[in-house]
Amino acid sequence: MDKLTIGLALGYGRSVASKVAKDVGVNAYPFSRTKYVSLTKIAGRKDLALTQTHHSMEGRDIVRETTVNEWSKDSSAGNKPKMELMSMWEDHKKTGHQWAMAMDLNKCTGCSSCIVSCNAENNVPVVGKEEVFKRREMHWIRLDRYYQGDENNPEVVHMPMTCQHCENAPCESVCPVLATVHSSDGINQMAYNRCVGTRYCANNCPYKVRRFNWFKYPHDDLVENMVLNPDVSVRSRGVMEKCSLCVQRIQEKKLVAKKERRSIFDGEIQTACQQSCPSDAIVFGDMNDPKSKVAMSLKNPRNYTVLEELNVRPRVSYLTKTRNKD
Amino acid sequence: MSAQDEICHLRTPLVEKERTYKQISDDVLNTLEKGPSKYWLIGFTVAVLTLTLGVTSIGYQIATGIGTWGLNKTIGWSWDITNFVFWVGIGHAGTLISAILLIFRQKWRTSINRAAEAMTLFAVCCAGIYPLIHMGRPWLAFWMFPYPNSRGSLWLNFRSPLLWDVFAISTYLTVSAVFWYIGLIPDLAAIRDRTTSKLRKKIFGVISLGWDGANRTWHRYEILCLILAGLATPLVLSVHTIVSFDFATSVIPGWHTTIFPPYFVAGAVFSGFGMVLTLLIVTRKLMNFEHYITVNHIESMCKVLILTGSMVGLAYGTEFFIAWYSGNPYERFTFINRATGPYAWAYWIMVSCNVISPQLLWFKKLRTNLVFVFILSIFVNIGMWFERFVIITTSLHRDYLPSSWAMYSPTWVEICEFIGSFGLFFTLFLLFIRFLPAIAVSEVKGVYKFAQKKN
Repeated sequence: MDKLTIGLALGYGRSVASKVAKDVGVNAYPFSRTKYVSLTKIAGRKDLALTQTHHSMEGRDIVRETTVNEWSKDSSAGNKPKMELMSMWEDHKKTGHQWAMAMDLNKCTGCSSCIVSCNAENNVPVVGKEEVFKRREMHWIRLDRYYQGDENNPEVVHMPMTCQHCENAPCESVCPVLATVHSSDGINQMAYNRCVGTRYCANNCPYKVRRFNWFKYPHDDLVENMVLNPDVSVRSRGVMEKCSLCVQRIQEKKLVAKKERRSIFDGEIQTACQQSCPSDAIVFGDMNDPKSKVAMSLKNPRNYTVLEELNVRPRVSYLTKTRNKD
Repeated sequence: MSAQDEICHLRTPLVEKERTYKQISDDVLNTLEKGPSKYWLIGFTVAVLTLTLGVTSIGYQIATGIGTWGLNKTIGWSWDITNFVFWVGIGHAGTLISAILLIFRQKWRTSINRAAEAMTLFAVCCAGIYPLIHMGRPWLAFWMFPYPNSRGSLWLNFRSPLLWDVFAISTYLTVSAVFWYIGLIPDLAAIRDRTTSKLRKKIFGVISLGWDGANRTWHRYEILCLILAGLATPLVLSVHTIVSFDFATSVIPGWHTTIFPPYFVAGAVFSGFGMVLTLLIVTRKLMNFEHYITVNHIESMCKVLILTGSMVGLAYGTEFFIAWYSGNPYERFTFINRATGPYAWAYWIMVSCNVISPQLLWFKKLRTNLVFVFILSIFVNIGMWFERFVIITTSLHRDYLPSSWAMYSPTWVEICEFIGSFGLFFTLFLLFIRFLPAIAVSEVKGVYKFAQKKN
């Protein structure tokens, strides 16, 4: 963007809206009706409520990308061969359904609709500006945005980041009361009722996707509570929460399939983030079903997992970004 | 004990003034039988007020939520666990003095071991508050204990270092309390026998457990002390080893470090002796114990500070070397970030207080200067608090994914609770020196003749 250009977001500063939107931000529409605008620098500074404050990858292997040219020569360009890491323990038997997710970084535009739909589906508390200032937003899925290249004309990459449902989950081994455990179908689960809130799991999460209920977020207003999804329990103060891979949707479709005496077909279960993604960047399904989209995605030469070297074995994987630079 | 009766001209006496046995009892116990002094009353009032501040802020925090602290999605522990490790560490000097020095027959320990053991107990009490209140739902803390219940297969996670902490700290507290109490019994009996007050006679009669001073009783007492010392010795090493596992077994760079167990134990002994010095330099003055807690005692403890301070310094250096040598880019970043990042000021406070300042104690002139040693002991306390802050907070605030990097600063609730923990500590310590003998009378009598001139 040119140095003499100023970007303003539209849609804020509404005068007629309920309490979530009324008088939030400033209405920029009046500028669209004026021909000349002058800018004056005023004294003082204003801090911004941001969910991310560091935008460099610091040279770390987080988002892998390549160019179309490179990719057309070698479809695994930009990716690295999967590591062969040892484990002290025998692997668990992966029979039955084994849920997995893959996110295509090339398709993700960073539109944030996954965050919105996840919030709505999973009754994620909206904590407000003051708490975002304190870095306490509760999103179960977030969009990491990194800038790279020339500082004046940077390239931007978006990475949806949610619980990676690690097979060797570091959060599970440290919980003293077994409030977070693994299901036989490969989901890292939270038992809210059991959680005493030591926050050890969140500290030990390399992806920092666990969210703690700092205050009592649910309210007693019966009308307001009608916004809540009745299939998802509301969390009390002092417990940890995080992405469940929309376990309520998985259970629902499993029941439907059982009633109809058939197995679940691929694509029948959609997570909220997947469902709302306009570019179909997120696929979810049973990786034990070789024909499923997610199993195909896992075989894609562009497939990789973030922080693979930790050997936590995430069930959420990513496909490299391919940029057209010609 | 024939060795003690011999005159040794090469050694300095452990008790400086010539005293009779009765005078020793009088020196220590008279202060308990008189009413409280003015200084004690002022100190006690301040301590109780500070404790009240702490209790109030804990009440507010538990009623409102952990959100009253400055923690966030990235930094899940900071002042809470810093203070926990800080207080547990302080406790270590007491056990080391009473158990390890007993086994090694270090007789100079007798005039300081009682106060140091009491300090251990009170410090562990202060430490114990934090694991409890740092929970989001502290009213469910009993789930951390392996008691039989009706919840079916839902029990404890024996893989979690937090659970090992529960066992380590509660064992430590129990053994230290028993050891301290058993050591007190002959002195409690002495108070019972001296007092003219009926109430005091009754109370001390009960808590001295029918001590009769017979040869056989003394024999059993000494054997029991030795057994307890044997039990307590591994605890000196195990408690902080297990506390360090909280960090060492994690995957976070800066925490995941195999050097942590010995490094934490050395640091704990270092901080413990720092606190013992702070307390005893004041106590000996206030209680007129200068002949019992002599400059020689202070000097010996300073030597422990040099040793453990150097061990801690070596550990800091090793951590940096390994961060570079391992080739792990995350770990390398964490350590560069510690020394040069936004919390570098905390790192350099830690290094100057823990590594540089104790090196001054190589000079005899400085380590026999009580004002200097007192100020230095405060530096050690500050430095060791910052060590835990640096380990916990700077490792968490910038870990693997830069998108989650965040900063932390404490709120007034955390600050008041920390001040309150000192309130609890000093309330208990002042009650202790007011109602119980702060020096082990019977043990001092046992070593009194050491290197004394023959009359």
